[in-house]
Amino acid sequence: MFDYIISYYNYWMYAGLMMIGFYGMMAKRNLIKKIIGMNVFQSSIIFFYISSSVKRGGVTVPIIKHVAGAHGSHGVDVMQYANPLPHVLMLTAIVVMVATLGVALAVAILIYRRYHTLEEDEIILCMRKG
Amino acid sequence: MILPFDLILVLFVYICAVAALTTRDLLSAVMILGAYSYFMCLLWTEMAAVDVAFTEASVSAGIGTILCIGAISKTKRRSND
Repeated sequence: MFDYIISYYNYWMYAGLMMIGFYGMMAKRNLIKKIIGMNVFQSSIIFFYISSSVKRGGVTVPIIKHVAGAHGSHGVDVMQYANPLPHVLMLTAIVVMVATLGVALAVAILIYRRYHTLEEDEIILCMRKG
Repeated sequence: MILPFDLILVLFVYICAVAALTTRDLLSAVMILGAYSYFMCLLWTEMAAVDVAFTEASVSAGIGTILCIGAISKTKRRSND
């Protein structure tokens, strides 16, 4: 059981980081703090995907070097490289993360112009008053 | 992945995430978030994902921090929690 926990340690790291981001999104009342928590949450997802692409035993960057004899004279030994498919998916996810951050900050600026505060409870009070 | 190196980097990442969420000065929080992004970038270089690492360093740590600083300069710097 202990070996099982140790050998999947990247999942524990990602779950802890995700819970920190979730706490920031749910429990913090400042809007910028909520956005920071969302950023942490999203990068924990990216951490999960990237760590799933790693293989054991000294894998390197996926730049293909042709080796002789694996499959004919131009074979590629797959076990030398990290899996590049999660890398490509997560490149898109990083760009989407920054786009989400920009839209969220723009909405926060608009809310500040309307209510002159960034605290969620004060905004709700202002909305109830009229 | 190398276990002790991973543990040290993830410890720094956790410290930066908790510090960014608990600091009351929003400009400091955004700066700590930039440091968080750079530690994530180191972690991905160590996981043999260099393309993701330099995208993170340029896009998330660079442009994201600049966007946050712009938003804070247009709003308030103090936070209540």
